[in-house]
Amino acid sequence: MSEDRSLARRVNCVVNGTAQAAEVSVRRTLADYLRQDLGLTGTHLGCEHGVCGACTVLVDGRAVRSCLMLAVQAEGCAVTTVEGIAPDVVTLHPLQTAFAKHHALQCGFCTPGMLTTLLEFLEEVPAPTAEEIRIVISGNLCRCTGYEPIVAATLEAAAVMRGGA
Amino acid sequence: MKAPPFEWHRPATLAEAVASLAAVAPQDGRVLAGGQSLLPAMALRVARPPHLVDINGIAELGELRVEDNALRIGALVRHAAFHRPVAHGPLGALMAGVVRHIAHWPIRTRGSFGGSLCHADPASEWPLVAVVLGATMQAVSLRGDRLIDGPAFLRGPLETALAPDEILRAVTLPLLPADAHWGFEEVARRAGDFAQAMALVVLRMDAIGRVAEARIGIGGVEAVPRRLAAVEALVNGRLPSATLVEEAGRAAAAACDPMEDAPYRRALVRAVVSRALASAAMPQALAA
Ligand SMILES: Cc1cc2nc3c(=O)[nH]c(=O)nc-3n(C[C@H](O)[C@H](O)[C@H](O)COP(=O)(O)OP(=O)(O)OC[C@H]3O[C@@H](n4cnc5c(N)ncnc54)[C@H](O)[C@@H]3O)c2cc1C
Ligand code: FES
Ligand code: FES
Repeated sequence: MSEDRSLARRVNCVVNGTAQAAEVSVRRTLADYLRQDLGLTGTHLGCEHGVCGACTVLVDGRAVRSCLMLAVQAEGCAVTTVEGIAPDVVTLHPLQTAFAKHHALQCGFCTPGMLTTLLEFLEEVPAPTAEEIRIVISGNLCRCTGYEPIVAATLEAAAVMRGGA
Repeated sequence: MKAPPFEWHRPATLAEAVASLAAVAPQDGRVLAGGQSLLPAMALRVARPPHLVDINGIAELGELRVEDNALRIGALVRHAAFHRPVAHGPLGALMAGVVRHIAHWPIRTRGSFGGSLCHADPASEWPLVAVVLGATMQAVSLRGDRLIDGPAFLRGPLETALAPDEILRAVTLPLLPADAHWGFEEVARRAGDFAQAMALVVLRMDAIGRVAEARIGIGGVEAVPRRLAAVEALVNGRLPSATLVEEAGRAAAAACDPMEDAPYRRALVRAVVSRALASAAMPQALAA
């Protein structure tokens, strides 16, 4: 148990398809690890206590608050941040394309968390109603758009992802 | 803000976790489950445990199964596991109906059933479910396993019967009979917020449609969730009707003892109990 008692630990995980290994303080959140150690500043920090949703990332495909997870808890996991959503550098993901088209972002602070939350949701619920979309983003605060464009973009992206439009 | 410094212990088995917690409990070492209550409390510096025993690596604690006519929920089963019914019949539907009121999707993917009970927030949904459905908690420490029932487990706001060196291992909920009807209602200021008042009603009817057995509980209002015996007695033996729904709401408002905002909370109790009873008494609401 002796090495268990340390204040820093080695973490191995895969971030946006790239294997990463680092020694991190055990109290470092996954969000700070992504932003400060890996320079992936697309993941935003609004509140750092779970309320705003800006820091949401995918861990093994599940949307989680990266401010409420320790970096050391990502050992062995695959993490996807907003930087890893698009298939390549010139193509946007259909959800990103729909966000741009519908003006579903203005300042963009909430967008990374919106996209990651919606990506997992659309995997589970490929044909959602507008009401279901409103409920799933209820934990993501947006101070700019008024949410309506985000709902519209998600409905359209869901159709594209189903291959229907 | 960042959490204050702590030492992190990551046991791979329950036996290791029990030993690890026993070693650090005297210095206020704590279990880390989903972290969706403890990590924000540490970030806000209202909790400063110098040791965390992280139970996320223990497979046994994530198991969920039906055995002996009961649903056995490992303490670390995430809230999101209940998005779809986990058991046939009314219990699975009830859990899927209630889970939508807990926080938001990305918090439900990590927050755990057992963590919610151990945190014992009076406004949390699972403790109300545990009390109304007659849950049994299984706790483990170096002294062995012990069983604790719902009302005895929940001692007060953020206070349980667990000793500092005990780990909640699993929670057992008896399956509901196929003909049980249920209704759950909650008032929260915004979607995903903690409840200001909530009610869970479970009914069984007799052959001519009278209530044979009512279980009616409220949460978010008093220090711990509680069944309201007086309201259950009022409903038992009666035919559901608009009058009964109204009477039950009024009786619940009179029976409760709110921690704060008493007139407002009583009004909420009246509303949620009436609505939960109405939705339980109407079988078509079962599908929801
Ligand atoms: C923005 C936000 C909104 C929320 N809204 C709601 C809501 O509406 N309703 C609701 O019910 N909850 C809500 N929550 C809390 C959430 O449900 C938590 O998941 C839950 O309260 C605690 O579970 P956890 O697994 O995250 O536990 P942790 O945060 O890891 O632990 C909580 C406490 O329980 C102890 N503990 C945990 N598991 C065990 C165990 N197995 N044995 C012994 N001790 C243990 C820990 O030591 C700690 O003291 C919300 C959280 C956030 C961040
Ligand atoms: S920064 Fe994580 S939820 Fe706000
Ligand atoms: S686009 Fe500015 S917060 Fe949502």
